[in-house]
Amino acid sequence: METTFASRMRRRTQRKPLNKGDIIFNVFNYSVMILLVVVTLYPFLHVLAVSLNDPYDAMRGGITVYPRKFTLVNYIETLNYSQIPWATLITLLRTFFGTLTSLVSTAMVAYVISRRDFFARKFVTILFIITMYVGGGLIPDYMLMRHLGLLNNFLVYILPPLINPFNVIVMRSYMDSNIPDELPESAMVDGASDFLIFRKIVMPLCKPVLAVIGLFIAVGQWNSWFDTYIYCSGNPNLTTLQFELQKILTSAAASSTIDYYSTHDPHRAMKVTPESLRMAMTIIVTLPIILVYPFIQRYFVHGLTIGAIKG
Amino acid sequence: MKATPLVDDKVLVPVAKRSWKKIIKKQRYLLLMVITFVIWILIFRYVPLWGWIMAFQNYKPWLPITQQEWVGLRFFKEIFQDPHFYRAMKNTLGMSFLGLVVGFPLPIILALLLNELRALRFKRTVQTISYLPYFVSWVVVASIVFRMLSPTEGIVNQILLSLKLIDRPIAFMGEPKYFWWIVVLATVWKDLGWNSIIFLAAISGIDPQLYEAATIDGAGRFRKMWHVTLPGISPTIIVLLVMSIGHLINIGFERQFLLRTGPTRDVAEVIDLYILTYGLGAGRFSFGTAAGVFKSVVSLALLTFANWVSKKTTGYRVI
Repeated sequence: METTFASRMRRRTQRKPLNKGDIIFNVFNYSVMILLVVVTLYPFLHVLAVSLNDPYDAMRGGITVYPRKFTLVNYIETLNYSQIPWATLITLLRTFFGTLTSLVSTAMVAYVISRRDFFARKFVTILFIITMYVGGGLIPDYMLMRHLGLLNNFLVYILPPLINPFNVIVMRSYMDSNIPDELPESAMVDGASDFLIFRKIVMPLCKPVLAVIGLFIAVGQWNSWFDTYIYCSGNPNLTTLQFELQKILTSAAASSTIDYYSTHDPHRAMKVTPESLRMAMTIIVTLPIILVYPFIQRYFVHGLTIGAIKG
Repeated sequence: MKATPLVDDKVLVPVAKRSWKKIIKKQRYLLLMVITFVIWILIFRYVPLWGWIMAFQNYKPWLPITQQEWVGLRFFKEIFQDPHFYRAMKNTLGMSFLGLVVGFPLPIILALLLNELRALRFKRTVQTISYLPYFVSWVVVASIVFRMLSPTEGIVNQILLSLKLIDRPIAFMGEPKYFWWIVVLATVWKDLGWNSIIFLAAISGIDPQLYEAATIDGAGRFRKMWHVTLPGISPTIIVLLVMSIGHLINIGFERQFLLRTGPTRDVAEVIDLYILTYGLGAGRFSFGTAAGVFKSVVSLALLTFANWVSKKTTGYRVI
């Protein structure tokens, strides 16, 4: 109570004297903030505008944040390009299954090491924490995937990134401070098994932290491209949206798309340009993130306080 | 071990009676829940560490592990004789350092400025928008950067031309001298808002009475920022700074991989890209692994040093 009163007092006392320096500072501060907003949003709006504009008209330049000659042809042609619907499916599958398995695994490990009475608690905790600081590196990882037969295999999207120790620590801190020790103990007295306690008591109490970590895992799955590049580039059936965009970006894939059209369907090759295809792809890949963003936004303040408990 | 009684709530149980068998039986569900993931982490995180022995062998993928030829430090010597390796180190440390100098103070300044906003709805809107780029992938950011810096359609060239700062568009992405700056500024664009969160949280933890006292003493806005806010968040600043120094060599390669073009390849080649190109790409597994081992060892040393510094100066451990 006292702090809220004090801060209210502070606000009142601060609001009164608005001298010249304050006014200049406010003008400066608001200008910086508006500049930040413009610099952040302009690129997205510009890319959106170009992707919705006639490709040949766009080449004249001068488009800012709204399309000059509206058309959906870029999107239609992108989605018609054989790889894209398939890449969308694979991306959705890896995001869904990757997030689900990762979340369940993270929660299980976090719960077990949050149990003070578990006999191997320290061993398991240290085992996970060490991997936060040292890893095999690019080539040993690659060799492992090869030996396990995970090259050009869908499971390479799920198994290697299964558990991030950082998420385990965050979730454990949340459990430590939100689940009183007496709760599992009393359930145990009633004859509930540890697994039942985890499922029926701990999980429901952990919904907020599960939401935050789940969203971060999902964003990570949706956004990753390098695993496709290094482990799955030999199998076009395992391509992902980010990887397709990366191909367009770093190689001449955009023009090869046009080449693909010009050999298979010369009429269609004329409709789009590499640049307009790239802009449409960029929006397709970004859109889901922007759509789930409000949810992340709502939860992540919570996520921050969870992290803050850790210190 | 002596049979000293162990206090377990109200029941006194002699230690000798709590045999491993009983404990395991009692905690079998906990054990079952975690054992799969212990095996998982041993395979996916510890076996690659064991793979470091490849750095000391002339590893040939078609031979079984027992028949590999041991070569000692041969590949480490080869690395230290390779001029490309020094170039990769220079690029890694150079870009990291530039990123630290440019990218570290900006989130602090943003947090200080955000904290001075009195219109709360405006503040929240600015915050929400500024976090957005953090959530899109580097592939998307790279695509946007190529567009913004394009010599024909990019807005940066248009602005510079209309301000008469240049008379002819610059092909930013094809000029080696701009590359480090492009990587650093693209990172600032992506992470600035997000990185300010931690400082805002630290600011909100400062005791309001300190501001009150400063007001009574006649301190204006700037003096309060300087004498109350900044000292209040300085432990956070120091911990994060030390931690970034500990991660100087762990620059990653995603940004450089995605933003490089033909002419900028030489200045984009950081240590991981070096491993990717000359190790994995060339099929020289042992050579690449040796470079990776070197990087890991330097990284661990830096982190330990950073941890020591942080403990000495602030009392916080970063590891």
